[in-house]
Amino acid sequence: MTRALPLALGALLPLLFAASLAIGPAGVPWGQSLAALVREDGLLTLVMREIRLPRALLAIMVGASLGLAGAAMQGYLRNPLAEPGLIGVSGSAALGAVIAIHTGLAAAFTLGLPLLALAGAAIGVALILFLAGPRGSSLTLILAGIAISALAGAFTSLALNLSPNPFAASEIVFWMMGSLDDRSMTHVWIALPFMAVGWALMLTLGRALDALTLGEDAAEALGMSLTRVRLTLVFGVAAAVGAATAVAGAIGFVGLVVPHILRPFVGARPSRLLLASAAGGAALVLAADIAVRLILPDRDLKLGVLMAIVGAPLFLHLIYKTRKEVA
Amino acid sequence: MRASRIVAVLAALLAGAAGAASASDEAPGRVVSINLCTDQLAMMLAAPGQLVSVSYLARDRRSAAMAEAARDWPVNRSRAEEIYLLEPDLVLGGTWTTPATVSMLRRLGIRVELLAPAGTFEETARQIREVGRLLGRDAAGEAMARAFEARLAAFPPVPADPPRVALYAANGLTSGRGSLADEIIRRAGFRNVADEVNLPATGRLALERLILAEPDLVVTSRTYPGQSQSEAILDHPALEAYRARTAAGAITDADWVCGLPQTLDAVERMIDLRLSLEAGG
Repeated sequence: MTRALPLALGALLPLLFAASLAIGPAGVPWGQSLAALVREDGLLTLVMREIRLPRALLAIMVGASLGLAGAAMQGYLRNPLAEPGLIGVSGSAALGAVIAIHTGLAAAFTLGLPLLALAGAAIGVALILFLAGPRGSSLTLILAGIAISALAGAFTSLALNLSPNPFAASEIVFWMMGSLDDRSMTHVWIALPFMAVGWALMLTLGRALDALTLGEDAAEALGMSLTRVRLTLVFGVAAAVGAATAVAGAIGFVGLVVPHILRPFVGARPSRLLLASAAGGAALVLAADIAVRLILPDRDLKLGVLMAIVGAPLFLHLIYKTRKEVA
Repeated sequence: MRASRIVAVLAALLAGAAGAASASDEAPGRVVSINLCTDQLAMMLAAPGQLVSVSYLARDRRSAAMAEAARDWPVNRSRAEEIYLLEPDLVLGGTWTTPATVSMLRRLGIRVELLAPAGTFEETARQIREVGRLLGRDAAGEAMARAFEARLAAFPPVPADPPRVALYAANGLTSGRGSLADEIIRRAGFRNVADEVNLPATGRLALERLILAEPDLVVTSRTYPGQSQSEAILDHPALEAYRARTAAGAITDADWVCGLPQTLDAVERMIDLRLSLEAGG
């Protein structure tokens, strides 16, 4: 059972990646479009390399970041409800990104956008850890998350209301729901370095998260520095989720759904769940981004809407399961 | 405070009701415009002193063709309270003006006339006459509409094989049949790519469909100050690479926003652009 998982994900990811490249509103035969990616074919090559490739790459990067961040936070907080979107980390990252874009900082200084989104996400994670704490119950975690989300959402709306740009108000939808429509290679290069740092930091947490399943005292007895674990988590999550949100908006529920589905396959060990969730998140976002193009190709269906439709029922199910603790 | 406000509103209702009865026959003495398009028609057609205030948008160079001229009028922000205090006999608005403001003004007994945004030159001529009539300046309206129609008729005929153009604005929106921008490029002798993909008056055109449609010209909207994620698509590397290939581009400006005599300036510039394209290619 556990052996089959890497194989299944390893087979699924390239398939979904190819499908994401082959499917688009222009309706070019998939063989021709994939060939144009490597062989010069005029305008089709331009479309494949500059429009569809960055979109597929970003789906993988964003999905991996969100899946990994969800698994890491759930491992640290030992709570299956911890998810970057639900507890306000994506929301505060979006606030940072909105401030960067609408003050002109993003245009003046390329790294302004990811840096401010990272700062927003870091504040969000730090607040959650401070409010809910490592021993925090689901109730405090969710309540703190609601408060942080609401506050970040309010400031995002305020920043957009005050912007001199007439399109600002309509952008609230993008920052709340997320989308990968018409992103470019610029977005890939802006996000990738930050995400890579975030992934590297979170993947070092495996042993510590395993030890934490025995309790904090046991973990410290095994030589873990909880302060260092916490700092690594804050910066890892902030870098990955901040960069993901800066280029794709706030996409929720990925970090909730993926670890939940994969946990039984990895023997519930947090260290093995990390890598599995990164791959699973990439597959889920790729699949969802293909779905938004297939279901309503002309209507600009937002990725986050689809994720919420898939994820919210699962969230309800998890709350139902933990309701004794919550009540 | 509250009592005095109630008295003021009651007084307003009585005064307004009396005013409304007489206003329809004679020319309104005080006119307030609260919509960018009616602002500009009223500025051109009103008698001296008749137009009391225009909307703040009329001074915005990015959307108003007459931004300079609008400095001669006090501006309003289209809110019922300030408009009411201007004691207008007639308020000119657009059909997209906030319904709450319109119904509040009407409850206060003020005559409000709403004009739909013009989507064709025919509608533009009709609205010029309409605003002239509402202002009691029928002759001025008729003269301006005739001049508009004469200039329109004098444009060169549309070529047999028109070059293809794509209109592209923030959020990947494009304008098709029934929009003023479509009317402008069509009269200037272009064919709109939006027709080929069956898009409505305004619809989203995915960037890859735009590029694969291979238009001869991409006309983009002007970007506003304060960056926005919506406008980022106009700087997309793929679009830039495509425009570098076709070596031609144009940007819509204030003349494209409202149906006005100035709209024909935009047609004229697009005709010049088409002629230079045809000479070059």
